[in-house]
Amino acid sequence: MTTPIVELQSVGKTFRSADGKDRSVLEEVNFTLNEGEIVSLLGKSGSGKSTMLRIMAGLIPADSGSVLYRGFPLFGPADGISMVFQSFALFPWLTVQKNVELGLEAKGIPAKDRAEKAEAAIELIGLSGFEGALPRELSGGMRQRVGIARALVMEPEVLLMDEAFSALDVLTGERLREDILDLWESGKIPTKAILVVSHNIEEAVMMSDRVLVFASDPGRVRDELQVTLSRPRSVESSEVRELVDKVYGLMTAGSTRVGRVTGKEIKLQLGDRLPEAEIARMEGILELLVYEPFFGRADLPKLAEVSEFSDEELLAVSSALTLLGFVHLEHGDIIINPLGEQYVQASNPVRQEIFGKQLLEHVPLIAYIRQGLVKDPSGDLHEDMFIRLLRFTLSEGDALSALRVAIEWGRYGDLFEYDFNTGILNIPKNEDADSA
Amino acid sequence: MSKNKLFFSRQIIEAGGNRWDLALLPIVLALLVLLAYGGGQMARPYQLGETLTISLDPLYLPYYLLRTTMRMFIALAASIVFSCLFAVIATKYRAAEKVMVPILDILQSIPVLGFLSITVTGFIALFPGNLLGVECAAIFAIFTSQAWNMAFSVYQGFRTVPAELSEAASVFKLSSWHRFWRLQLPFATPGLLWNMMMSMSGGWFFVVASEAISVSNQNIKLPGIGSYIALAIEQRDLHAIGWAIGTMLIAVILYDQFFFRPLLAWADKFRFEETGGQTAQDSWLLAWLHRTERTQAIVAKFGKLLDRSFVMFRLRKDGTSIHSRPKVYSALPMRIWDAVIAAIVFYSLWTLIRFVHNEVGWGEVGHVFVLGFYTLSRVIILIALASLVWIPVGVWIGMNPRLSERAQATIQFLAAFPANLMFPIAVFLLVRFSLNPDIWLSPLMILGTQWYILFNVIAGASTVPTELRYAAQNFGLKGWLKWRRYLLPAIFPSFVTGAITASGGSWNASIVAEYVTWGDTTLKANGLGSYIAEMTAIGDFPRIALGIGVMCVFVMACNQFIWRKLYQMSESRLHF
Repeated sequence: MTTPIVELQSVGKTFRSADGKDRSVLEEVNFTLNEGEIVSLLGKSGSGKSTMLRIMAGLIPADSGSVLYRGFPLFGPADGISMVFQSFALFPWLTVQKNVELGLEAKGIPAKDRAEKAEAAIELIGLSGFEGALPRELSGGMRQRVGIARALVMEPEVLLMDEAFSALDVLTGERLREDILDLWESGKIPTKAILVVSHNIEEAVMMSDRVLVFASDPGRVRDELQVTLSRPRSVESSEVRELVDKVYGLMTAGSTRVGRVTGKEIKLQLGDRLPEAEIARMEGILELLVYEPFFGRADLPKLAEVSEFSDEELLAVSSALTLLGFVHLEHGDIIINPLGEQYVQASNPVRQEIFGKQLLEHVPLIAYIRQGLVKDPSGDLHEDMFIRLLRFTLSEGDALSALRVAIEWGRYGDLFEYDFNTGILNIPKNEDADSA
Repeated sequence: MSKNKLFFSRQIIEAGGNRWDLALLPIVLALLVLLAYGGGQMARPYQLGETLTISLDPLYLPYYLLRTTMRMFIALAASIVFSCLFAVIATKYRAAEKVMVPILDILQSIPVLGFLSITVTGFIALFPGNLLGVECAAIFAIFTSQAWNMAFSVYQGFRTVPAELSEAASVFKLSSWHRFWRLQLPFATPGLLWNMMMSMSGGWFFVVASEAISVSNQNIKLPGIGSYIALAIEQRDLHAIGWAIGTMLIAVILYDQFFFRPLLAWADKFRFEETGGQTAQDSWLLAWLHRTERTQAIVAKFGKLLDRSFVMFRLRKDGTSIHSRPKVYSALPMRIWDAVIAAIVFYSLWTLIRFVHNEVGWGEVGHVFVLGFYTLSRVIILIALASLVWIPVGVWIGMNPRLSERAQATIQFLAAFPANLMFPIAVFLLVRFSLNPDIWLSPLMILGTQWYILFNVIAGASTVPTELRYAAQNFGLKGWLKWRRYLLPAIFPSFVTGAITASGGSWNASIVAEYVTWGDTTLKANGLGSYIAEMTAIGDFPRIALGIGVMCVFVMACNQFIWRKLYQMSESRLHF
């Protein structure tokens, strides 16, 4: 029998965009966190998974649907729910001890009990001897230990972790993850369920009993994967590798854009987000793909390992390459197209030419900008115009980042130039001379 | 054996326990006695019209210093309380914020003397037959020279608390009271301290004006350094001016050693950048206090009291309670509020127009605006000149780390030194060589504020990344090219910060600097500052108000059209 602790019932969240229209960040999210399970939320950045975590923490209210904690509606931060933050969120002016005591202090627990409990939590997480230290004296891994002790000392039923390991280096993150799993398995902590937001696929598979894959625009749960392997799990075991592969496949399925209702792929629109992929990274991946040991086809997890990109970076690059028609994705594998091979073999000027051609064909925003510039008698336009256009469909941050990506790509494809100081886009000078 | 020795020396210190206490005891007692005496003198009976005798005998100076110091610290305490209240209310209530922030912006650009002339009568009426009313007026005037920028810095601090820290405070259910002490105030402390130091030197500048109250046909001289200086100026006593300068020097050193340095050293833990950064200030006093058991006990007691208050004011319900259900906000009250604000603004505008029309006439307004342009051109030219001098010096000092450490302390001290003490000397020289006051009075405006430019340029130059320095060397950048491509862009953001402070200070100083008296000689430079000063001396309220209003317009226009633009430019392009 599973007992639900936190339930989200068709939860939605919208933010207001510039033109006053509501932009939906979460839509129809249904999710139940049960007793005795660790659940991971995976998704691209901006897919709303952090928003969902914050709704469960009671930090932001849901706009529609309902959030239940133990069957009762949740309106704000609750006693039984605690959280660990990505940037640790320690108070730099308080000692480790005082930081850990913070929640107890707010709860009104007498000083003596507070100190005892805090010491126990500090010992549990392996920080004995550092009670009097200030956070700035500690390394990243140790700071996050304080963050975890601070959450655990509240004896939470539910522990929420918001990319808790992503600010740490790989080894430190792994050790901390294992320590938490040990505590969880040993039953030394009263925590009954853990929810982890992550963008590291391997981490999700290693830790959790269930993996949820989030889709973006608007954010919603797209896939769910049960992980029934017993713990401790070995990173090298074939079952784990297989699952990691599968999750990669789920995450890249329909990576350009997925229709709201049908789930079918539709073409990229003018007002859509662009994957934040740097050109150097795109070329790097293409070059890796062509040669040994991949010869044109690569398993994404393997490629992540070889390229040393994080999952987030690799996913952005692969969806950008797919978008431009250099590669295509199949069941979590990335396969190079003839155009991609031609690109790798070409000299730099030819590469830029191919790149520009593909941009005009496949990226509506860039095509629109170029067309506008060609039509405009002066040949230059201000970026604000395009930002305003994007703001109809995107939030301010997303609009800016989409335009930034478009500018970087467009510059490389020799389609337009951009002056950072004035914010003006114009047709490249030498081209002007050609046509005149 | 060395081990034994170590043991002995430790024993002496620890068994001493009282040794540090003993040394501190007389200081504390003396301080208490002084405070009681000074406080008693502040609340003396006093009838309006009675003259308080001020003596130019230097023997009285320590007493005057005590009185002045008390006023300044009372004003400082009031400013801190005001700043915290302002920040709390403005960040908590959106409706209040809409009104409070612009008002503060305006208050900030109102010259300090303006407040004094308007409020002095009210304060005197508040405590009839007692000196306390006049004291309050003086303290209020000092307060107005200190409070606004401090309030802004605390508000800024509250607004920029990192989101995750705020969320952590919510997740762990800190009450507003708890959050204020544990998160918001600590986060705002470094900014507040820096502004307190600036405010204190600003306060010195206006001590003369606020202690020797000669506005609205009052002529009261409260015992204090300011009145001493005022009297010395009236009686053309250069020796007394010399004594006053000496006393202020000592006062600035005392403030630094006994107040700001310990505070800065203590506040080092509130720096938010979690790693590295500039080195902490040391303070012998703080080290001493840390070693003194009794003071530590007192500190611990206060800490406990605060802890207990957190328990007392804790949130008694959590997110599962029906009481924390989000209230349904409708947009209507906010709209009504906006309408009310708009109505008030229009009404004031209309009153203003009527007032100008009936009381002063439009010709006068035009005249005052012309005067404003005179002062504006003075401010701009002076800032430019000061920059020409201090940018190269600042870069040179900043690039030599050993030099810059020593120089920073000196310059901080120079900035705290009240430049108006130099005015009598300036008058003396101007009269002696019969120079044109329109030109030669101007430098006085920037005397006290130029240091901000130097100070910030040094800070900027010392943070230029070493690699950039090597690159410039490697490419053999020389001469003008080196300045244009490397040095000037590198220090630009910090230069702008310094210039903003300097220009604001210069406007404020113009009231004192364009209208200088020495005995019965009065030198006047045509400008907005001298206009306000003149009208204040006469007590012509409509014209004071007009002058102040116009100065507000100029200062705010400068901020909007020059400084904010430059600041944005430096923010987006020119930093590392």
